[in-house]
Amino acid sequence: MIRDITIGQYYPAKSILHRLDPRVKLVSTLLYLISLFLFKSIAGYLVATVFLIGIIRASKVPFGYIVKGLKPIVMLLMITVVFNLFLQKDGEILLRVWRFNITTVGLRNAVYMAVRLIYLIIGSSLMTFTTTPNELTDGIEALLHPLNRIHVPVHEVAMMMSIALRFIPILLEETDKIMKAQQARGADFESGNIIQRAKSMIPILVPLFVSAFRRAYDLAMAMEARCYRGGEGRTKMKPLKYHGRDRAAYVTMIVYTAAVVLVGRYVPFKVWIF
Amino acid sequence: MSIRLEHLNYIYSPGTAYEKHALKDICLEIPSGEFVGIIGHTGSGKSTLIQHFNGLVKATDGKLFYNGENIYEQGYDMRNLRNEVGLVFQYPEHQLFEIDVMTDVCFGPKNQGLSPEECKKRALEALRLVGLKEKYYHVSPFELSGGQKRRAAIAGVLAMRPKVLVLDEPTAGLDPKGRDDILDQVAYLHKQTDMTVILVSHSMEDIARYADRIIVMDHGEVMYNDEPKSVFAHYKELERAGLAAPQVTYIMHDLKEQGLPVDIDVTTVNEAADEIMKALGNRVSETSESEQMEKER
Repeated sequence: MIRDITIGQYYPAKSILHRLDPRVKLVSTLLYLISLFLFKSIAGYLVATVFLIGIIRASKVPFGYIVKGLKPIVMLLMITVVFNLFLQKDGEILLRVWRFNITTVGLRNAVYMAVRLIYLIIGSSLMTFTTTPNELTDGIEALLHPLNRIHVPVHEVAMMMSIALRFIPILLEETDKIMKAQQARGADFESGNIIQRAKSMIPILVPLFVSAFRRAYDLAMAMEARCYRGGEGRTKMKPLKYHGRDRAAYVTMIVYTAAVVLVGRYVPFKVWIF
Repeated sequence: MSIRLEHLNYIYSPGTAYEKHALKDICLEIPSGEFVGIIGHTGSGKSTLIQHFNGLVKATDGKLFYNGENIYEQGYDMRNLRNEVGLVFQYPEHQLFEIDVMTDVCFGPKNQGLSPEECKKRALEALRLVGLKEKYYHVSPFELSGGQKRRAAIAGVLAMRPKVLVLDEPTAGLDPKGRDDILDQVAYLHKQTDMTVILVSHSMEDIARYADRIIVMDHGEVMYNDEPKSVFAHYKELERAGLAAPQVTYIMHDLKEQGLPVDIDVTTVNEAADEIMKALGNRVSETSESEQMEKER
Protein backbone atom coordinates (compact mmCIF):
# COMPACT_ATOMS: atom_id res chain seq x y z
CA MET A 1 0.00 0.00 0.00
CA ILE A 2 1.07 3.55 -0.68
CA ARG A 3 0.82 4.37 3.01
CA ASP A 4 3.73 2.07 3.67
CA ILE A 5 6.18 4.50 2.13
CA THR A 6 7.85 5.95 5.18
CA ILE A 7 10.73 7.80 3.53
CA GLY A 8 10.35 11.54 3.93
CA GLN A 9 7.53 11.33 6.43
CA TYR A 10 7.28 12.92 9.82
CA TYR A 11 7.26 10.61 12.82
CA PRO A 12 5.78 12.27 15.89
CA ALA A 13 7.70 11.59 19.09
CA LYS A 14 9.12 13.57 21.96
CA SER A 15 12.86 13.60 21.61
CA ILE A 16 15.71 16.07 21.75
CA LEU A 17 16.03 15.73 17.98
CA HIS A 18 12.42 16.70 17.44
CA ARG A 19 12.94 19.84 19.51
CA LEU A 20 16.07 21.03 17.73
CA ASP A 21 15.94 24.08 15.52
CA PRO A 22 15.29 23.01 11.92
CA ARG A 23 18.30 25.03 10.74
CA VAL A 24 20.55 22.94 12.96
CA LYS A 25 19.09 19.76 11.56
CA LEU A 26 19.42 20.93 7.97
CA VAL A 27 23.04 22.02 8.38
CA SER A 28 23.89 18.90 10.39
CA THR A 29 22.34 16.58 7.83
CA LEU A 30 24.25 18.26 5.05
CA LEU A 31 27.44 18.02 7.09
CA TYR A 32 26.81 14.36 7.84
CA LEU A 33 26.20 13.56 4.19
CA ILE A 34 29.44 15.28 3.18
CA SER A 35 31.34 13.62 6.02
CA LEU A 36 30.47 10.20 4.60
CA PHE A 37 32.66 10.97 1.60
CA LEU A 38 35.65 12.32 3.51
CA PHE A 39 37.25 9.00 4.48
CA LYS A 40 37.99 5.65 2.99
CA SER A 41 38.77 3.34 5.85
CA ILE A 42 36.94 1.05 8.19
CA ALA A 43 37.92 3.16 11.18
CA GLY A 44 36.07 6.12 9.67
CA TYR A 45 33.02 3.96 9.05
CA LEU A 46 33.07 2.79 12.65
CA VAL A 47 32.94 6.39 13.88
CA ALA A 48 30.11 7.22 11.43
CA THR A 49 28.20 4.12 12.51
CA VAL A 50 28.53 4.83 16.20
CA PHE A 51 27.39 8.40 15.60
CA LEU A 52 24.43 7.28 13.50
CA ILE A 53 23.33 4.73 16.10
CA GLY A 54 23.54 7.44 18.74
CA ILE A 55 21.38 9.76 16.65
CA ILE A 56 18.82 7.02 15.95
CA ARG A 57 18.57 6.27 19.67
CA ALA A 58 18.21 9.96 20.45
CA SER A 59 15.47 10.39 17.85
CA LYS A 60 13.20 7.77 19.49
CA VAL A 61 12.06 6.66 16.03
CA PRO A 62 11.77 2.85 16.03
CA PHE A 63 14.60 1.22 14.11
CA GLY A 64 12.21 -1.01 12.16
CA TYR A 65 10.35 2.05 10.96
CA ILE A 66 13.58 3.56 9.65
CA VAL A 67 14.55 0.34 7.90
CA LYS A 68 11.16 0.26 6.18
CA GLY A 69 12.10 3.59 4.62
CA LEU A 70 15.02 1.88 2.86
CA LYS A 71 12.70 -0.29 0.77
CA PRO A 72 12.39 2.12 -2.17
CA ILE A 73 16.18 2.27 -2.63
CA VAL A 74 16.81 -1.48 -2.63
CA MET A 75 16.92 -1.52 -6.43
CA LEU A 76 19.38 1.36 -6.59
CA LEU A 77 21.47 -0.34 -3.95
CA MET A 78 21.60 -3.61 -5.89
CA ILE A 79 22.67 -1.88 -9.08
CA THR A 80 25.43 0.00 -7.28
CA VAL A 81 26.73 -3.14 -5.63
CA VAL A 82 26.61 -5.24 -8.79
CA PHE A 83 28.40 -2.64 -10.89
CA ASN A 84 31.12 -2.07 -8.33
CA LEU A 85 31.54 -5.75 -7.73
CA PHE A 86 31.89 -6.97 -11.28
CA LEU A 87 33.25 -4.09 -13.29
CA GLN A 88 36.30 -3.23 -11.20
CA LYS A 89 39.53 -4.50 -12.80
CA ASP A 90 42.14 -3.31 -10.29
CA GLY A 91 43.33 -5.31 -7.34
CA GLU A 92 43.76 -8.97 -6.56
CA ILE A 93 41.29 -11.39 -8.11
CA LEU A 94 39.23 -13.14 -5.46
CA LEU A 95 36.68 -14.99 -7.51
CA ARG A 96 35.95 -15.63 -11.15
CA VAL A 97 32.35 -15.66 -12.34
CA TRP A 98 32.08 -16.48 -16.05
CA ARG A 99 33.80 -13.52 -17.72
CA PHE A 100 33.82 -11.26 -14.72
CA ASN A 101 36.33 -11.03 -11.92
CA ILE A 102 35.57 -10.03 -8.39
CA THR A 103 38.61 -8.18 -7.14
CA THR A 104 39.57 -6.91 -3.71
CA VAL A 105 39.15 -3.31 -4.83
CA GLY A 106 35.78 -4.13 -6.37
CA LEU A 107 34.52 -5.83 -3.22
CA ARG A 108 35.75 -3.00 -1.06
CA ASN A 109 34.14 -0.34 -3.23
CA ALA A 110 30.88 -2.25 -3.41
CA VAL A 111 30.62 -2.59 0.37
CA TYR A 112 31.68 1.02 0.98
CA MET A 113 29.20 2.37 -1.56
CA ALA A 114 26.35 0.30 -0.17
CA VAL A 115 27.05 1.40 3.38
CA ARG A 116 27.39 5.01 2.28
CA LEU A 117 24.09 4.95 0.43
CA ILE A 118 22.28 3.36 3.34
CA TYR A 119 23.75 5.88 5.78
CA LEU A 120 22.88 8.70 3.41
CA ILE A 121 19.25 7.66 3.29
CA ILE A 122 19.02 6.96 7.01
CA GLY A 123 20.72 10.24 7.84
CA SER A 124 18.43 12.33 5.68
CA SER A 125 15.28 10.45 6.62
CA LEU A 126 16.10 11.00 10.28
CA MET A 127 15.85 14.69 9.53
CA THR A 128 12.42 14.34 7.92
CA PHE A 129 11.25 11.93 10.61
CA THR A 130 12.01 14.46 13.31
CA THR A 131 11.08 17.69 11.54
CA THR A 132 7.59 18.67 10.47
CA PRO A 133 7.31 19.92 6.88
CA ASN A 134 6.50 23.39 8.17
CA GLU A 135 9.60 23.54 10.34
CA LEU A 136 11.62 22.25 7.44
CA THR A 137 10.51 25.00 5.09
CA ASP A 138 10.98 27.59 7.81
CA GLY A 139 14.51 26.33 8.21
CA ILE A 140 15.19 26.36 4.48
CA GLU A 141 13.76 29.82 4.16
CA ALA A 142 15.94 31.12 6.99
CA LEU A 143 19.07 29.44 5.65
CA LEU A 144 18.52 30.65 2.09
CA HIS A 145 17.54 34.14 3.20
CA PRO A 146 20.86 35.70 2.04
CA LEU A 147 19.96 34.72 -1.54
CA ASN A 148 17.22 37.38 -1.43
CA ARG A 149 19.97 39.90 -2.17
CA ILE A 150 20.54 38.39 -5.59
CA HIS A 151 16.79 38.43 -6.25
CA VAL A 152 16.02 34.80 -5.61
CA PRO A 153 12.37 34.67 -4.42
CA VAL A 154 13.28 32.66 -1.32
CA HIS A 155 9.98 33.12 0.49
CA GLU A 156 7.92 32.14 -2.53
CA VAL A 157 10.02 29.06 -3.14
CA ALA A 158 9.73 28.09 0.53
CA MET A 159 5.97 28.64 0.44
CA MET A 160 5.62 26.47 -2.64
CA MET A 161 7.71 23.79 -0.98
CA SER A 162 5.67 23.83 2.18
CA ILE A 163 2.41 23.65 0.22
CA ALA A 164 3.75 20.78 -1.86
CA LEU A 165 4.87 18.91 1.25
CA ARG A 166 1.61 19.65 3.03
CA PHE A 167 -0.31 18.16 0.13
CA ILE A 168 1.54 14.85 0.02
CA PRO A 169 -0.44 13.20 2.81
CA ILE A 170 -3.68 14.78 1.60
CA LEU A 171 -3.23 13.47 -1.92
CA LEU A 172 -2.16 10.07 -0.61
CA GLU A 173 -5.34 9.87 1.39
CA GLU A 174 -7.33 11.04 -1.60
CA THR A 175 -5.71 8.38 -3.79
CA ASP A 176 -6.56 5.77 -1.23
CA LYS A 177 -10.18 6.91 -1.13
CA ILE A 178 -10.54 7.01 -4.90
CA MET A 179 -8.92 3.59 -5.25
CA LYS A 180 -11.38 2.16 -2.77
CA ALA A 181 -14.32 3.85 -4.45
CA GLN A 182 -13.34 2.40 -7.82
CA GLN A 183 -12.65 -1.00 -6.29
CA ALA A 184 -16.15 -0.86 -4.86
CA ARG A 185 -17.29 -0.49 -8.48
CA GLY A 186 -15.35 -3.59 -9.39
CA ALA A 187 -12.14 -2.00 -10.67
CA ASP A 188 -9.11 -4.25 -10.66
CA PHE A 189 -5.63 -2.77 -10.42
CA GLU A 190 -3.59 -5.90 -9.98
CA SER A 191 -4.22 -8.30 -12.83
CA GLY A 192 -3.56 -7.97 -16.55
CA ASN A 193 -0.48 -7.07 -18.56
CA ILE A 194 1.36 -3.79 -18.27
CA ILE A 195 -0.86 -1.94 -20.76
CA GLN A 196 -4.05 -3.10 -19.09
CA ARG A 197 -2.66 -2.13 -15.74
CA ALA A 198 -1.66 1.31 -17.01
CA LYS A 199 -5.17 1.70 -18.38
CA SER A 200 -6.67 0.69 -15.07
CA MET A 201 -4.94 3.70 -13.51
CA ILE A 202 -7.12 6.13 -15.48
CA PRO A 203 -10.08 5.83 -13.09
CA ILE A 204 -7.70 6.86 -10.30
CA LEU A 205 -5.66 9.52 -12.06
CA VAL A 206 -8.51 11.53 -13.56
CA PRO A 207 -10.35 12.07 -10.26
CA LEU A 208 -7.03 12.66 -8.53
CA PHE A 209 -6.04 15.42 -10.93
CA VAL A 210 -9.49 16.97 -10.74
CA SER A 211 -9.27 16.97 -6.97
CA ALA A 212 -5.73 18.35 -6.94
CA PHE A 213 -6.79 21.28 -9.12
CA ARG A 214 -9.89 21.87 -7.04
CA ARG A 215 -7.81 21.91 -3.87
CA ALA A 216 -5.22 24.22 -5.41
CA TYR A 217 -7.93 26.60 -6.48
CA ASP A 218 -9.60 26.54 -3.06
CA LEU A 219 -6.27 27.11 -1.34
CA ALA A 220 -5.41 30.06 -3.58
CA MET A 221 -8.79 31.59 -2.81
CA ALA A 222 -8.38 31.01 0.92
CA MET A 223 -4.92 32.58 0.88
CA GLU A 224 -6.14 35.62 -1.02
CA ALA A 225 -9.11 35.93 1.29
CA ARG A 226 -6.62 36.21 4.14
CA CYS A 227 -4.69 38.91 2.27
CA TYR A 228 -1.63 36.85 1.41
CA ARG A 229 0.62 38.96 -0.80
CA GLY A 230 3.94 37.17 -0.68
CA GLY A 231 6.78 37.41 1.76
CA GLU A 232 7.42 41.13 1.92
CA GLY A 233 6.80 42.60 5.35
CA ARG A 234 5.39 39.31 6.60
CA THR A 235 6.24 38.36 10.16
CA LYS A 236 6.19 34.92 11.72
CA MET A 237 4.15 33.63 14.61
CA LYS A 238 6.99 31.41 15.71
CA PRO A 239 10.28 32.98 14.61
CA LEU A 240 13.22 30.59 14.68
CA LYS A 241 15.49 31.08 17.66
CA TYR A 242 18.64 29.24 18.69
CA HIS A 243 18.62 27.68 22.15
CA GLY A 244 21.37 26.10 24.22
CA ARG A 245 20.63 22.64 22.82
CA ASP A 246 21.01 23.96 19.28
CA ARG A 247 24.46 25.32 20.03
CA ALA A 248 25.36 22.04 21.69
CA ALA A 249 24.17 20.22 18.56
CA TYR A 250 26.38 22.38 16.35
CA VAL A 251 29.36 21.66 18.60
CA THR A 252 28.58 17.92 18.49
CA MET A 253 28.47 18.03 14.72
CA ILE A 254 31.78 19.84 14.45
CA VAL A 255 33.41 17.38 16.87
CA TYR A 256 31.95 14.44 14.95
CA THR A 257 33.11 15.74 11.57
CA ALA A 258 36.60 16.41 12.89
CA ALA A 259 36.71 12.99 14.53
CA VAL A 260 35.54 11.12 11.48
CA VAL A 261 38.04 12.87 9.23
CA LEU A 262 40.95 12.45 11.60
CA VAL A 263 40.18 8.84 12.50
CA GLY A 264 39.39 7.98 8.90
CA ARG A 265 42.69 9.37 7.72
CA TYR A 266 45.17 8.60 10.44
CA VAL A 267 44.04 5.55 12.40
CA PRO A 268 45.68 2.61 10.59
CA PHE A 269 43.07 0.10 11.69
CA LYS A 270 42.43 -2.54 9.04
CA VAL A 271 40.34 -5.69 8.81
CA TRP A 272 41.37 -7.95 5.89
CA ILE A 273 41.01 -5.86 2.73
CA PHE A 274 38.90 -3.10 4.22
CA MET B 1 -28.28 -11.76 2.19
CA SER B 2 -27.45 -11.08 5.79
CA ILE B 3 -24.25 -9.56 7.08
CA ARG B 4 -23.00 -10.75 10.43
CA LEU B 5 -20.01 -9.40 12.33
CA GLU B 6 -18.43 -11.33 15.17
CA HIS B 7 -15.99 -9.66 17.54
CA LEU B 8 -14.61 -7.49 14.79
CA ASN B 9 -11.61 -5.33 15.64
CA TYR B 10 -9.76 -2.92 13.44
CA ILE B 11 -6.54 -1.11 14.28
CA TYR B 12 -5.06 1.57 12.03
CA SER B 13 -1.26 1.47 11.48
CA PRO B 14 -0.51 -1.01 14.26
CA GLY B 15 2.91 -0.69 15.84
CA THR B 16 3.49 2.95 14.88
CA ALA B 17 2.89 6.29 16.52
CA TYR B 18 -0.28 6.61 14.45
CA GLU B 19 -1.83 3.47 15.90
CA LYS B 20 -5.56 3.82 16.46
CA HIS B 21 -8.06 1.25 17.64
CA ALA B 22 -10.86 2.25 15.29
CA LEU B 23 -13.30 -0.61 15.88
CA LYS B 24 -13.56 -2.45 19.17
CA ASP B 25 -15.16 -5.85 19.38
CA ILE B 26 -18.09 -5.17 17.08
CA CYS B 27 -20.88 -7.77 17.02
CA LEU B 28 -23.72 -6.99 14.66
CA GLU B 29 -26.22 -8.63 12.42
CA ILE B 30 -27.93 -6.95 9.49
CA PRO B 31 -30.65 -9.18 8.05
CA SER B 32 -31.72 -9.09 4.45
CA GLY B 33 -34.15 -6.40 3.37
CA GLU B 34 -33.69 -4.16 6.36
CA PHE B 35 -33.16 -0.41 6.26
CA VAL B 36 -30.48 0.26 8.86
CA GLY B 37 -29.18 3.63 9.93
CA ILE B 38 -25.67 4.00 11.33
CA ILE B 39 -25.01 7.13 13.27
CA GLY B 40 -22.10 8.44 15.31
CA HIS B 41 -19.94 11.49 15.82
CA THR B 42 -16.97 12.25 13.58
CA GLY B 43 -14.27 9.64 14.09
CA SER B 44 -16.56 7.14 15.81
CA GLY B 45 -15.65 4.44 13.29
CA LYS B 46 -18.75 4.49 11.06
CA SER B 47 -16.88 4.84 7.80
CA THR B 48 -14.29 2.25 8.80
CA LEU B 49 -17.08 -0.13 9.76
CA ILE B 50 -18.93 0.06 6.46
CA GLN B 51 -15.74 -0.48 4.47
CA HIS B 52 -15.60 -3.91 6.06
CA PHE B 53 -18.96 -4.84 4.57
CA ASN B 54 -17.57 -5.29 1.07
CA GLY B 55 -14.10 -6.36 2.10
CA LEU B 56 -12.26 -3.15 1.18
CA VAL B 57 -10.79 -3.03 4.65
CA LYS B 58 -9.73 -6.26 6.29
CA ALA B 59 -10.40 -6.57 9.99
CA THR B 60 -7.36 -6.90 12.24
CA ASP B 61 -9.26 -9.49 14.20
CA GLY B 62 -12.69 -11.11 14.15
CA LYS B 63 -15.03 -12.57 11.58
CA LEU B 64 -17.44 -11.21 9.01
CA PHE B 65 -20.06 -13.48 7.50
CA TYR B 66 -21.94 -12.66 4.34
CA ASN B 67 -24.78 -15.11 3.75
CA GLY B 68 -23.20 -17.35 6.34
CA GLU B 69 -19.80 -17.47 4.62
CA ASN B 70 -16.74 -16.08 6.34
CA ILE B 71 -15.29 -13.57 3.88
CA TYR B 72 -11.82 -13.79 5.42
CA GLU B 73 -11.54 -17.45 4.57
CA GLN B 74 -8.97 -18.34 1.92
CA GLY B 75 -10.37 -18.42 -1.58
CA TYR B 76 -13.45 -16.36 -0.79
CA ASP B 77 -14.64 -14.55 -3.90
CA MET B 78 -14.12 -10.89 -2.98
CA ARG B 79 -15.13 -9.69 -6.43
CA ASN B 80 -18.49 -11.31 -6.05
CA LEU B 81 -18.88 -9.77 -2.62
CA ARG B 82 -18.19 -6.34 -4.11
CA ASN B 83 -20.79 -6.99 -6.78
CA GLU B 84 -23.38 -7.80 -4.16
CA VAL B 85 -22.55 -5.15 -1.59
CA GLY B 86 -22.54 -1.75 -3.30
CA LEU B 87 -20.71 0.93 -1.38
CA VAL B 88 -21.35 4.60 -2.08
CA PHE B 89 -18.57 6.61 -0.47
CA GLN B 90 -18.83 10.04 1.04
CA TYR B 91 -18.72 12.64 -1.73
CA PRO B 92 -19.06 9.92 -4.37
CA GLU B 93 -18.91 12.55 -7.12
CA HIS B 94 -15.15 12.60 -6.56
CA GLN B 95 -14.91 9.21 -8.22
CA LEU B 96 -16.35 10.33 -11.57
CA PHE B 97 -13.81 10.14 -14.35
CA GLU B 98 -15.32 9.17 -17.69
CA ILE B 99 -16.03 11.38 -20.69
CA ASP B 100 -19.77 11.30 -20.17
CA VAL B 101 -22.24 10.30 -17.48
CA MET B 102 -23.45 7.23 -19.36
CA THR B 103 -19.96 5.76 -19.78
CA ASP B 104 -19.16 6.46 -16.15
CA VAL B 105 -22.24 4.66 -14.90
CA CYS B 106 -21.33 1.76 -17.21
CA PHE B 107 -17.94 1.38 -15.46
CA GLY B 108 -19.29 -0.88 -12.71
CA PRO B 109 -21.30 -3.25 -14.93
CA LYS B 110 -18.38 -3.36 -17.38
CA ASN B 111 -16.11 -4.55 -14.59
CA GLN B 112 -18.66 -7.22 -13.82
CA GLY B 113 -17.96 -8.55 -17.29
CA LEU B 114 -21.36 -7.80 -18.81
CA SER B 115 -21.93 -7.17 -22.49
CA PRO B 116 -22.04 -3.54 -23.68
CA GLU B 117 -25.80 -3.79 -24.32
CA GLU B 118 -26.46 -5.14 -20.86
CA CYS B 119 -24.20 -2.46 -19.34
CA LYS B 120 -26.17 0.21 -21.13
CA LYS B 121 -29.47 -1.28 -20.07
CA ARG B 122 -28.42 -1.35 -16.43
CA ALA B 123 -26.95 2.14 -16.62
CA LEU B 124 -30.20 3.53 -18.04
CA GLU B 125 -32.16 1.77 -15.33
CA ALA B 126 -29.86 3.13 -12.60
CA LEU B 127 -29.93 6.66 -14.00
CA ARG B 128 -33.71 6.58 -14.08
CA LEU B 129 -33.79 5.29 -10.51
CA VAL B 130 -31.75 8.22 -9.22
CA GLY B 131 -33.90 10.62 -11.18
CA LEU B 132 -31.27 12.19 -13.40
CA LYS B 133 -32.76 13.81 -16.47
CA GLU B 134 -32.07 12.25 -19.84
CA LYS B 135 -30.47 15.38 -21.27
CA TYR B 136 -27.52 14.88 -18.93
CA TYR B 137 -26.71 11.31 -19.97
CA HIS B 138 -24.23 12.34 -22.61
CA VAL B 139 -22.73 15.36 -20.87
CA SER B 140 -19.33 15.30 -19.16
CA PRO B 141 -19.88 14.48 -15.49
CA PHE B 142 -17.71 17.47 -14.57
CA GLU B 143 -20.24 19.85 -16.10
CA LEU B 144 -23.06 18.77 -13.81
CA SER B 145 -24.12 20.57 -10.64
CA GLY B 146 -23.20 19.14 -7.23
CA GLY B 147 -26.52 17.36 -6.70
CA GLN B 148 -26.57 15.95 -10.22
CA LYS B 149 -23.00 14.68 -9.87
CA ARG B 150 -23.99 12.94 -6.67
CA ARG B 151 -26.92 11.26 -8.43
CA ALA B 152 -24.74 10.15 -11.31
CA ALA B 153 -22.20 8.68 -8.88
CA ILE B 154 -24.87 6.82 -6.91
CA ALA B 155 -26.22 5.50 -10.20
CA GLY B 156 -22.71 4.21 -10.89
CA VAL B 157 -23.06 1.88 -7.91
CA LEU B 158 -26.73 1.04 -8.47
CA ALA B 159 -25.98 -0.04 -12.03
CA MET B 160 -24.17 -3.02 -10.54
CA ARG B 161 -27.51 -4.13 -9.08
CA PRO B 162 -26.20 -4.69 -5.57
CA LYS B 163 -28.26 -6.67 -3.11
CA VAL B 164 -27.00 -4.52 -0.26
CA LEU B 165 -26.58 -0.79 -0.72
CA VAL B 166 -24.33 1.03 1.73
CA LEU B 167 -24.39 4.82 1.61
CA ASP B 168 -21.86 6.91 3.54
CA GLU B 169 -23.44 10.27 4.23
CA PRO B 170 -25.03 10.53 0.81
CA THR B 171 -26.49 13.94 1.61
CA ALA B 172 -23.39 15.74 2.92
CA GLY B 173 -23.12 19.19 1.38
CA LEU B 174 -26.48 19.09 -0.39
CA ASP B 175 -29.30 21.60 0.07
CA PRO B 176 -32.48 20.46 1.88
CA LYS B 177 -34.30 19.66 -1.32
CA GLY B 178 -31.41 17.69 -2.76
CA ARG B 179 -31.16 15.84 0.53
CA ASP B 180 -34.82 14.88 0.63
CA ASP B 181 -34.80 13.91 -3.04
CA ILE B 182 -31.91 11.53 -2.65
CA LEU B 183 -33.15 9.95 0.57
CA ASP B 184 -36.69 9.56 -0.82
CA GLN B 185 -35.17 7.92 -3.86
CA VAL B 186 -33.23 5.51 -1.66
CA ALA B 187 -36.34 4.72 0.41
CA TYR B 188 -38.27 4.12 -2.81
CA LEU B 189 -35.56 1.77 -4.05
CA HIS B 190 -35.64 -0.08 -0.76
CA LYS B 191 -39.41 -0.62 -1.11
CA GLN B 192 -39.30 -1.46 -4.79
CA THR B 193 -36.42 -3.86 -4.94
CA ASP B 194 -36.28 -5.26 -1.42
CA MET B 195 -32.66 -4.19 -1.27
CA THR B 196 -30.94 -4.05 2.10
CA VAL B 197 -29.99 -0.44 2.73
CA ILE B 198 -27.38 0.74 5.22
CA LEU B 199 -27.41 4.48 5.60
CA VAL B 200 -24.65 6.32 7.44
CA SER B 201 -25.62 9.79 8.51
CA HIS B 202 -25.06 12.56 10.98
CA SER B 203 -28.64 13.64 10.92
CA MET B 204 -30.93 11.96 13.41
CA GLU B 205 -33.91 13.41 11.54
CA ASP B 206 -32.98 11.62 8.32
CA ILE B 207 -32.27 8.35 10.03
CA ALA B 208 -35.45 8.52 12.11
CA ARG B 209 -37.53 9.07 9.00
CA TYR B 210 -36.27 6.10 7.04
CA ALA B 211 -34.52 3.50 9.16
CA ASP B 212 -36.12 0.40 10.70
CA ARG B 213 -33.22 0.11 13.08
CA ILE B 214 -30.45 2.39 14.30
CA ILE B 215 -26.90 1.49 15.18
CA VAL B 216 -25.20 4.17 17.25
CA MET B 217 -21.41 4.15 17.17
CA ASP B 218 -19.31 5.81 19.85
CA HIS B 219 -15.50 5.69 19.96
CA GLY B 220 -15.33 2.53 17.88
CA GLU B 221 -17.96 0.67 19.84
CA VAL B 222 -21.62 -0.08 19.25
CA MET B 223 -23.45 2.06 21.78
CA TYR B 224 -27.03 1.20 20.81
CA ASN B 225 -28.51 -1.18 18.29
CA ASP B 226 -32.27 -0.94 18.42
CA GLU B 227 -35.37 0.45 16.78
CA PRO B 228 -35.49 4.24 16.51
CA LYS B 229 -37.88 5.04 19.36
CA SER B 230 -35.94 2.93 21.84
CA VAL B 231 -32.68 4.57 20.79
CA PHE B 232 -34.11 8.07 21.04
CA ALA B 233 -35.47 7.32 24.49
CA HIS B 234 -31.80 7.54 25.55
CA TYR B 235 -31.56 11.10 24.26
CA LYS B 236 -29.57 12.26 27.26
CA GLU B 237 -26.91 9.58 26.72
CA LEU B 238 -26.88 10.41 23.01
CA GLU B 239 -26.08 14.00 23.86
CA ARG B 240 -23.19 12.85 25.97
CA ALA B 241 -21.85 10.94 22.94
CA GLY B 242 -21.90 14.15 20.93
CA LEU B 243 -25.16 13.35 19.19
CA ALA B 244 -28.74 14.38 19.68
CA ALA B 245 -32.19 12.91 19.28
CA PRO B 246 -34.43 14.35 16.56
CA GLN B 247 -35.95 17.69 17.48
CA VAL B 248 -39.42 16.18 17.74
CA THR B 249 -38.22 14.02 20.63
CA TYR B 250 -37.34 17.16 22.58
CA ILE B 251 -40.62 18.86 21.69
CA MET B 252 -42.64 15.82 22.71
CA HIS B 253 -40.80 15.54 26.00
CA ASP B 254 -41.40 19.24 26.68
CA LEU B 255 -45.08 18.95 25.79
CA LYS B 256 -45.46 15.99 28.07
CA GLU B 257 -43.81 17.91 30.88
CA GLN B 258 -46.26 20.75 30.30
CA GLY B 259 -49.07 18.33 30.82
CA LEU B 260 -50.18 17.45 27.31
CA PRO B 261 -50.79 13.68 27.13
CA VAL B 262 -48.66 12.87 24.08
CA ASP B 263 -46.72 9.74 23.20
CA ILE B 264 -43.04 10.61 23.63
CA ASP B 265 -41.90 7.69 21.46
CA VAL B 266 -42.75 9.23 18.10
CA THR B 267 -39.73 9.83 15.90
CA THR B 268 -40.79 11.76 12.81
CA VAL B 269 -42.37 15.14 12.29
CA ASN B 270 -45.52 13.67 10.73
CA GLU B 271 -46.09 11.26 13.56
CA ALA B 272 -45.50 14.03 16.04
CA ALA B 273 -48.03 16.28 14.29
CA ASP B 274 -50.64 13.50 14.37
CA GLU B 275 -49.91 12.81 17.98
CA ILE B 276 -50.24 16.46 19.00
CA MET B 277 -53.43 16.86 16.99
CA LYS B 278 -54.82 13.80 18.68
CA ALA B 279 -53.96 15.06 22.16
CA LEU B 280 -55.34 18.51 21.39
CA GLY B 281 -58.33 17.03 19.60
CA ASN B 282 -59.31 15.07 22.70
CA ARG B 283 -59.24 18.25 24.68
CA VAL B 284 -61.14 20.24 22.04
CA SER B 285 -63.78 17.56 21.65
CA GLU B 286 -64.13 17.30 25.42
CA THR B 287 -64.78 21.00 25.72
CA SER B 288 -67.07 21.12 22.70
CA GLU B 289 -69.03 18.17 24.05
CA SER B 290 -69.60 19.87 27.39
CA GLU B 291 -70.59 23.07 25.57
CA GLN B 292 -73.10 21.16 23.55
CA MET B 293 -74.51 19.53 26.63
CA GLU B 294 -74.92 22.93 28.23
CA LYS B 295 -76.74 24.22 25.14
CA GLU B 296 -79.03 21.27 25.14
CA ARG B 297 -79.93 22.01 28.69
